[in-house]
This record gives sequence, structure tokens and C-alpha cells, in this order.
Amino acid sequence: MRWIWIDRFEEFSPGVSAVAVKNVSLAEEHLHDHWEDFPVMPVSLMIEGMAQTSGILVGQARDFREKVILAKISKAEIAEPVVPGDQLKYHTEIVTITDQAASTHGTVSKNGKDIGTIDLMFSHIDQNLAGTKFPEENFVFTGQFLRLLAGFVETPTK
Amino acid sequence: MPMTDDEIFQKVTETLTEALGVDDDEVTPDATLTGDLGAESIDFLDIVFRLEKTFSIKIPPGDLFPDNVLNNPEFVADGKVTDAGLVQFKESMPHVDFGDFDQDPDVNKLSELFKVQTIINYVKNKTAG
Repeated sequence: MRWIWIDRFEEFSPGVSAVAVKNVSLAEEHLHDHWEDFPVMPVSLMIEGMAQTSGILVGQARDFREKVILAKISKAEIAEPVVPGDQLKYHTEIVTITDQAASTHGTVSKNGKDIGTIDLMFSHIDQNLAGTKFPEENFVFTGQFLRLLAGFVETPTK
Repeated sequence: MPMTDDEIFQKVTETLTEALGVDDDEVTPDATLTGDLGAESIDFLDIVFRLEKTFSIKIPPGDLFPDNVLNNPEFVADGKVTDAGLVQFKESMPHVDFGDFDQDPDVNKLSELFKVQTIINYVKNKTAG
């Protein structure tokens, strides 16, 4: 099972930018403990949501041939708490992409208002300079991830 | 008109404070990227990406920092940079001050050669055309 932190893509411009939506619900069990008296979406999970949005954008840019791994959180600033009932949107764009890596710039909005920035770097791990070998199968982009792109771009069937 | 040394230093400082999360007073010409400023492998790519944008230059892989030449047994053997490796590095990286590295070419000490000044030298060469 993949823990997917975006509900759907709203926009997807291959190789350029994407917008994904995340509806925050009190049915999400982790909010019951974070915190019981004041449920608030953890910023770490917003970073994960942005990483999934941006990572899929970066992966698609190379037709999902590369294994795209989050390598660096260059910047993460969220100015307001996010609570059940809020709708988040992760807006991301590719700043640079090369054979080895990619950097992305992202903005987080809550109910239509910008509340923060999350800039990330991804590594294409098969191109790592240490020469480390990874399994041939692309374990990053599995069915659940790819299904999010249905209707936007063609995705590999296997 | 080419940029002055001071302008290049200011922009390199900005690049490194953003890429490495360090304070600008830590960015001195002699500061080593890994030892003093805490750069890790992905940071070198980050620095390259940012320098390309900041100075509108193209930095090919292995041009500013060593590429996979370190995995080449002709250039590195038994943890030491070979004579052929030293020739190769010096020829391909004129922006690096090798100092007395020849005396003890321990590959683990190679990272100490990469300082803020190294980046400044590289950018100066590159922007001078």
C-alpha cells in the first residue's frame, strides 16, 4: 500500500507544472492524535503531499523511466494551521531538470489563499555518481501513483 | 561588461546561503564546502542548478565538481589519486587550487580543495567567456 497524500490532480502540464488537491478530513486517523483537542494537519505531511505532486511531475517528464527520489527539502514554510474541512492545493513547477536530478518550486494554498512555499530536489537514483545499483523494476511509480494521472497523460501500463 | 570580483562574491554568497542554509558571514573565500559549510552530495547539484540560474551560465556535469571520475581506477587507486588522475584533475579543473595535495593525494582529502573561492574562480572563468 502507498500512503498517498494527494486526492487528485487538477492541472498537469507535462514537464512544466502541476496542481494537486488534498481535502483534509477528520476521518483521517492521524488527526485524532495530532492533536486530540486541536486537530491540525502536520506540515511534514504537506511536504509529503508536495513531494508526491512534484515527484510525479518530474517522473512523467522522463516518461517514468527514472526512479525519482526526494533528495532534499530546500525550503518549507507554512504560515497557517490547516484543519479538517480545509482544502489544500499544491502548485508546483519544475525549475531545473537534468539527467541526474531535478529541482521544483512549490506553493501551498488553503481554501484559495497562499499559505506557504515548499521547494524540493529529487534525485534520479540510477544516475547516482557513486555507481550504486538499484532494482531494475521502477518501484517508485506504481499503479496507485500512476492512476492519479488518468485523463491527463498516458502512463505506462506496467 | 564582466562582473567585478565583489559582485561575483556577493552572488556566490547568496547562492550558498540559500542552498546550504548557512549564514552569510560563514561564507568566506577559504571556507570548505563540505567541512565548513556542511554540503552533502545532493547539495553540489543544488549549487550547480542555482549558479546556472544566477549567472546565466551552463555548467556541464563534472565541470565544476568532480563527476564519476572518482570511480575510474585509472584516476583513483588504493584510496589515492594516481599521477594520471592528478594530471586529469589539474587539466580539467583550472579553478581548483591543488596546493600541496600532490604530497599526499588521499582521495578523502579531495573535498577539502573545494572552497568558496573555487566557485568564485570557476564563475570568473566562465563569465569572462
